[in-house]
Amino acid sequence: MRKTTSKMWAAAAGVTGIALLATACSGDSDTPSDEGSEGGSENITLTLATFNEPGYTDEMFQAYEAENPGITIENVKAAESGDARESLNTHLASGAGAADIEMIEIDWLPELMQYPDKFVDLTDPALDGRWLDWKVAQATTPDGVLLGYGTDIGPEAIAFRGDLLAAAGLPSTREEVAEALGGADATWEDYFAFGKQYTEKTGKPFFDSAGATYQGMINQVENAYEEEDGTVIAADNPEVKAIYDAVTTASVTDNLSAHLGQWSDDWTAAFQTDGFATMLAPGWMLGVIEGNSAGVTGWDIADVFPGGAGNWGGSFLTVPAQSAHPDEAKKLAAWLTAPEQQISAYKSKGTFPSQVEALASEELLGSTNEFFNNAPAGEILANRAKGIVAPFKGPNYFAVNDAMQTALTEVDVNGGDAAAQWDSFVSAVSALG
Amino acid sequence: MATSTSSPQLDSGPQHDPERVPRRVGFSQTLGRWDVKVSPYLYISPFFLLFALTGLFPLVYTAYVSVHDWNLIGGKGAFVGLENYVFVVQEPNFWKSLRNTFSIFFISTVPQLVIAIVLAAVLDANLRARTFWRMGVLLPYVVAPVAVSLIFGKLFADKSGLINTVLGNIGIDPIGWHSQVLASHVAISTMVDFRWTGYNTLILLAAMQAIPRDLYEAAVLDGASRARQFFSVTIPMLRPTLIFVVITSTIGGLQIFDEPRMFDQTGQGGPSRQWMTATMYIYELGWGNQKSFGRASAVAWILFLIIITIGLINFSITRRIASDNATTKRKKVSR
Repeated sequence: MRKTTSKMWAAAAGVTGIALLATACSGDSDTPSDEGSEGGSENITLTLATFNEPGYTDEMFQAYEAENPGITIENVKAAESGDARESLNTHLASGAGAADIEMIEIDWLPELMQYPDKFVDLTDPALDGRWLDWKVAQATTPDGVLLGYGTDIGPEAIAFRGDLLAAAGLPSTREEVAEALGGADATWEDYFAFGKQYTEKTGKPFFDSAGATYQGMINQVENAYEEEDGTVIAADNPEVKAIYDAVTTASVTDNLSAHLGQWSDDWTAAFQTDGFATMLAPGWMLGVIEGNSAGVTGWDIADVFPGGAGNWGGSFLTVPAQSAHPDEAKKLAAWLTAPEQQISAYKSKGTFPSQVEALASEELLGSTNEFFNNAPAGEILANRAKGIVAPFKGPNYFAVNDAMQTALTEVDVNGGDAAAQWDSFVSAVSALG
Repeated sequence: MATSTSSPQLDSGPQHDPERVPRRVGFSQTLGRWDVKVSPYLYISPFFLLFALTGLFPLVYTAYVSVHDWNLIGGKGAFVGLENYVFVVQEPNFWKSLRNTFSIFFISTVPQLVIAIVLAAVLDANLRARTFWRMGVLLPYVVAPVAVSLIFGKLFADKSGLINTVLGNIGIDPIGWHSQVLASHVAISTMVDFRWTGYNTLILLAAMQAIPRDLYEAAVLDGASRARQFFSVTIPMLRPTLIFVVITSTIGGLQIFDEPRMFDQTGQGGPSRQWMTATMYIYELGWGNQKSFGRASAVAWILFLIIITIGLINFSITRRIASDNATTKRKKVSR
């Protein structure tokens, strides 16, 4: 009898143990970032989640930590924007695990702006006028809540291979190319016409990818896919169809495209094999070109962009509401997006600042880029940033654009039929409904 | 023991029989009975508790999610009944994902098993440095699937890839590994096979070594050639192991995700979803542009039902093979 009871106790203890173990597994995942928080507000670890190369250096973090004793900054890096988006979505869904400061790209900011209560309101009268107006507008909800502090913008210029153009007997210096593309009144027709000359003379592709070129064109359309009230107009918008037709004609019929999917292995490899002569270059793309073109000379930047000014990309720093230290995180985000820090970020990785004061600074305007034939990159991009009209991007922007890029890849890279792919784009858009 | 009243009963039991009150059952005795009846279940309960937690609960909860409008970030919405199921069944991408899953499964599994059996037979022979060769075939299994995909993705690149360059040198037109449906499935299958063939080889090798050697001796005495021995002794004796290998590769094949997802830069399974598998479709619905957990759960449940159906088919085939064995044995005995 006594034996039995002790066995029972053992069994009961075992069951309780398992139950404890099971609950323990699910209980402690909501405090990822405050290891040091036991000592009150003295020791705080702030996590900063970024992607690509925002240009924030360890020296900058050390400087901030020295100014603010007790703060430790931990930078979590994702390889690219899509990875960061998926990770943030998952953490927002589970309500835990997001960093104290999350970097968000403009293309997928709108879909998160549907849930403003997931983020801390960063409105701060002291920072009024720090950024370009359209940059602030992108991160402001209809109710006037500011969700993110702007980091960089992507004013676009044309990057070209001077050596390849010269070999074809075409204009090949910075000024000549800008002139040949139409100078201040450059249009997409001019760009494609110039490309036809090149391709006819050499038989080689003029630009890298239909999808990339389309992206430059659609970023100049104010309401491409959605009205401000959220109505999806992508499939019926004549402007979208016209751009689609122009790009597919230039890419396939005129064969100007190198038929590469942007960011694919073939695209990366083509930088080494003189695969194409020009490409659209937002500020952040210059670093990418340089990285892929090791050993290749001849790249240059022309101070011109077809169809007027255009912006491609750019990001924001946000503070998720689940952060354990929202006030400290907000302060750090404000510091990182201050003009001084953004100028050093530009010098380190070429991310072009979105701050009014930074845009006018001598340090920025006087900067040159050695890889691009010593081009005055700062001045060119600052010129290209003038007159940018930020297109409206609503909650469905990312999804619609994704469907469009899919169709373009099928036509440009895989040789699909342009009309059939337009139809599948239309049906993909209607499936979003 | 507080409840013990048993000592007088031992000697006075029979005498007091007529006026005996119904015996009170002591608590300790109840405990003892429980011990016998309940303890075995308690001992095996950890498995079932963990199963309920990690297997049954997600299964039931997924069913619950699948009948609701459920956003990844926004959370639970209205009850919609079977609407999510109706929606996904009408989506062409859903059917494409099923087609791709089964196609990749067949293209990878069949050659994989054939190669694994042949390799195992070779390793079963008397080789020098046997352990070295045996560990050698397992080496690719150690490589992480994502690393395999990245490397194979470069090899299979349409324009700059090694494989198309080699094909070009021997006069074959480049193959659109990332544009044609069948070619992309073949490319992904090679990744799967690269990783799993060695693993299956070792399982089959173990089974081969368990075949009694006197069967081969008898076959040799009967004048059977090497090939005849392989087909008439080795293969039939491997049947139970082959069934096991087929079942595990079926489960693995229907859940394939890493390799196709890493096959290009977007991870969506191709611009026309040439190589999007069922699990990738679940991911796209739940975490992609639609952010609809409800629809993703609906597909997950459909996939679950499909796997159960295939499991039942497997089971009936296995039973038939087993009963076939039994009848042949009986015949032998009666003869």
